[in-house]
Amino acid sequence: MKPFDYVRPKTIAEAVAAAAEPGAVYLAGGTNLLDLMKGGVSRPDRLVDVTHLPGLDEIEELPGGAVRIGALVRNAELAHDRDFARRFPAVAEALLSGASAQLRNAATVGGNLLQRTRCAYFYDAAGACNKRAPGAGCDARGGDNRLHAVLGFSEHCIATHPSDFCVPLVALDAVVEVEGKAGRRDIPLENFHLLPGDTPDRETVLAPGDLVVALRLPAQAAQFAAHARYLKVRERTSYAFAVVSAAAALRMADDRIEDPRIALGGVAQKPWRAREAEEALRGARADASSFRHAAAAALADAKPSGDNAFKIELARRIVARALALAAAGSPERVAALPASPLAAISGVAAHA
Amino acid sequence: MALSTTLTINGVTRIIELDDPRVTLLDLLRERLDLTGTKKGCDRGQCGACTVIVDGRRINSCLALAVSHDGARVLTIEGVAEGKSLHPVQEAFLAHDGLQCGFCTPGQIMSAIGLIEEGQAGDDPERVREGMSGNLCRCGAYQGITEAVLDAQRTLAAQSRKEVA
Repeated sequence: MKPFDYVRPKTIAEAVAAAAEPGAVYLAGGTNLLDLMKGGVSRPDRLVDVTHLPGLDEIEELPGGAVRIGALVRNAELAHDRDFARRFPAVAEALLSGASAQLRNAATVGGNLLQRTRCAYFYDAAGACNKRAPGAGCDARGGDNRLHAVLGFSEHCIATHPSDFCVPLVALDAVVEVEGKAGRRDIPLENFHLLPGDTPDRETVLAPGDLVVALRLPAQAAQFAAHARYLKVRERTSYAFAVVSAAAALRMADDRIEDPRIALGGVAQKPWRAREAEEALRGARADASSFRHAAAAALADAKPSGDNAFKIELARRIVARALALAAAGSPERVAALPASPLAAISGVAAHA
Repeated sequence: MALSTTLTINGVTRIIELDDPRVTLLDLLRERLDLTGTKKGCDRGQCGACTVIVDGRRINSCLALAVSHDGARVLTIEGVAEGKSLHPVQEAFLAHDGLQCGFCTPGQIMSAIGLIEEGQAGDDPERVREGMSGNLCRCGAYQGITEAVLDAQRTLAAQSRKEVA
């Protein structure tokens, strides 16, 4: 690990000033950053430790019903907050399907948004990666790329964003609160991450020094509580990133879908809100044919970026199944194997 | 640059002067405080051998900078027994053969103590396996580990019922 200076600001303003300097990065839970530093992938000159900043570790309900989650709330703490899990079951399920118990205890809400891709060529400091070294090329193209993007990729980068948490969040219109040199501003999560285009090294809209201070779920997001699921295909049962995942949240009126929300994970460099699929489903009957139709719309623009055409059909099936599970109703409690397609749920046809 | 950090490790408060902020909590314990019960496996947060409990939460000490944890309470495998009397989770690992070579065992035990404290798994073996998935055992003692965690969970629940009564 390259040597670095360590600073521990006492206020958010001090943190923003310290992190705006070239070569500075924020340290929170450290579960991704320290791993990247040990591998020589991230080589910061200065770590700005925000873990001792006051007031960033609360989950609070705001007047009007929105919920505000401080950036330093740990993933496990949020997932096990009973009131939060009851109102946003798909978010709790997504959190519990990610990483391991130890990592969920350390990793923060803000850090989850800012975690880096797990593309093996990004992690291999000896390989070519436009994200790590702009202009170097992309060894993932023509390499081992069966887990890479099928939506929104470019010739310069085919990596995916690894977060589970962000997938239901983007479906529920979450907003990111950011403090920067010019003060505080709100960024819809859907606009927070950038697609690679010509600049895969730019992953978010954040400017130097910008600090994520909180995440907000609008009051309307709780209206989906009765019909919300997250479903995630992994290459092993637990403790693995998504091959493909989907969040489905429905507001139902009898057997009609009044307001559908659909997002995908593991398919692009950002959590992918499937708005065309939502439009296809709005007002439709909650049945297998509607779900298949919506799933086809969600993947209409998908293309293989390598040896990964299977992910397109897999994603269609996962979207359709997540919708069927959501329509059947949120479970009382997150399943023993969170978000697992292997968990049997009585009364729901797995293959819609 | 001298960095001072205060840690309460297994009940003993220490003020530690660090000459380098790169020192992880794991390396601090093993290399500087001679608490070598906590193991270094992958050093990248994948195997769980370095699991310790910090402020009541089980974490991977290899992915924690010691300096960032200024003020924290740390519990390691050296701090769980009371004198010669083993912790119920340690006893259960012995009773159920929850190990073969033993390298992952301190991390398994710390993780199991954390899991039982969290109170999410109860007596469901599937939830125990899922909750212990951050601890790899290359000898494959998973069956015994799961049985040990379930048994220890029952013992600790019975103890706390007795204390309440």
